[in-house]
Amino acid sequence: MKKTSIVPIIYILALMLPIYWLINMSFKTTNEILGSFSLYPHEFTFDNYITIFTDPSWYTGYFNSMAYVGINTLISVSVALPAAYAFSRFRFIGDKHLFFWLLTNRMAPPAVFALPFLQLYSAVNLFDTPLAVALAHCLFNIPLAVWILEGFMSGIPKELDETAYVDGYSFPRFFVRIFIPTVAAGIGVAAFFCFMFSWVELLLAKTLTSVAAKPIAAIMTRTASTSGYELGLLAAAGTLTIIPGAFVIYFVRNHIAKGFALGRV
Amino acid sequence: MDNKTVNQKAWFFILPVIILVAFNAVIPLMTVVNYSVQETFGNNIFFFEGVRWFEQILNSDRFHAALLRQLRFTAIILAIEVPLGVAIALTMPKEGVWVSVCLVFMAMPLLIPWNVVGAMWNIFALPDIGLLGHSINALGIDYNFTRQPFAAWFTTILMDVWHWTSLVVLLAYAGLRSIPDAYYQAAKIDGAKPWAVFRYIQLPKLKRVLTIAILLRFMDSFMIYTEPFVLTGGGPGNSTTFMSIDLMKMALGQFDLGPAAAMSLIYFFIVLLLSWVFYTLMMKDEAR
Repeated sequence: MKKTSIVPIIYILALMLPIYWLINMSFKTTNEILGSFSLYPHEFTFDNYITIFTDPSWYTGYFNSMAYVGINTLISVSVALPAAYAFSRFRFIGDKHLFFWLLTNRMAPPAVFALPFLQLYSAVNLFDTPLAVALAHCLFNIPLAVWILEGFMSGIPKELDETAYVDGYSFPRFFVRIFIPTVAAGIGVAAFFCFMFSWVELLLAKTLTSVAAKPIAAIMTRTASTSGYELGLLAAAGTLTIIPGAFVIYFVRNHIAKGFALGRV
Repeated sequence: MDNKTVNQKAWFFILPVIILVAFNAVIPLMTVVNYSVQETFGNNIFFFEGVRWFEQILNSDRFHAALLRQLRFTAIILAIEVPLGVAIALTMPKEGVWVSVCLVFMAMPLLIPWNVVGAMWNIFALPDIGLLGHSINALGIDYNFTRQPFAAWFTTILMDVWHWTSLVVLLAYAGLRSIPDAYYQAAKIDGAKPWAVFRYIQLPKLKRVLTIAILLRFMDSFMIYTEPFVLTGGGPGNSTTFMSIDLMKMALGQFDLGPAAAMSLIYFFIVLLLSWVFYTLMMKDEAR
């Protein structure tokens, strides 16, 4: 271990502090939280977690969130693939303007779109469904996916395409059998970012749902405001929202390291 | 870049993206434009108002104050996160298991829902029972982010640095890994000092990813809503009411659709303009 490795260690410890505090709170009783300052739970309890796992109004929130995040990642990556291919391989009228126009949607503040989205999705009868949130998140995830994938695809030499055509591959067969496996790392990175930005977004998700499709994050906000100051419950719910993200990072960690090195992001 | 073939049929590849994004972007944007030039008293009766709302917003102190706060916040977090992120990326291990360990732990804040980030920092910074708040007060400094504007700013900035520095680290690290070893060997032979290696080898190579990092951080910090909303609710007073919080207060709180829509458009335009400047600079670099 060199002496420079002290910096990442300190940084990671600093990152873990607030997370530790959240987990710490989630195992405390309400009495202990409000009564005293303690570095670790003295009256260790699982009550907060038991409440969340047994009360449908809590745990359905996780399913709702996972549903729209999954749908969104699927839609974003699958429509971004051909588009990114077109941007990386062909020149056509308006390509550069179109690319920037797509990026501008990544720049649109969700607060600007919250109210019109509410009206739009009510008008097409999608209000309060996971699909509405998934489609709304496409606003910023599709441009991002196109941007990332375009970077990866530009790194793949054109000779790959040409050789495949010489070998008698039709375009769809080439795209599915050769091109997609080649750009797999890029797809992994793009999917990771789509998952990330859809999972963490709350403003649109909250605006577009009321009861049936309420995401876990919105349920937490409700708890914070209506049922008094139940910090323990809030902390437990928060701790549980960290787990899917941690899983995803763990599974893509090698892709990310490799993907980051190869491509644009 | 220039070995692309001209092919107008490429439009068909992009069609699904255009349809989806247009549905999501153009229709709502037209709704906003529509509201921004009209006055309503309910019942779906609208009166044309022209540019009155735009004049009102552009001349209001409230808007100026929110914009100034927003610019200050974005400038501060960029000034902290970018150098800090690069510095940390430089000290990260180059290979081995520790790379994965570092990446997994550092990416964690990025994947926590934004309102949980806000709630977590709220609990963490509470003056009586939070670790941060309690520790600062134990040092003899009076600290209460729900009452003191300075403490609220300090906490919000610390939260954002905690939340997003990792993104800069990950991007900068990716940039550093893409530098061939030959560069370093050449520098060694020339007897270059560490600072010279950074200034003349690493920094130029990092330019591209850093532009992306700055662009992403600029856009996201300019739109920040959930984290400060959950942490401070925009308070105390209006001290941490950034642009999005102000806009949501106006649109959903007071239901002033006209002014809110006008403000949305001005807000969007500012983000767009600044991002466009970044983007053109970046593309110019790439073309070279």
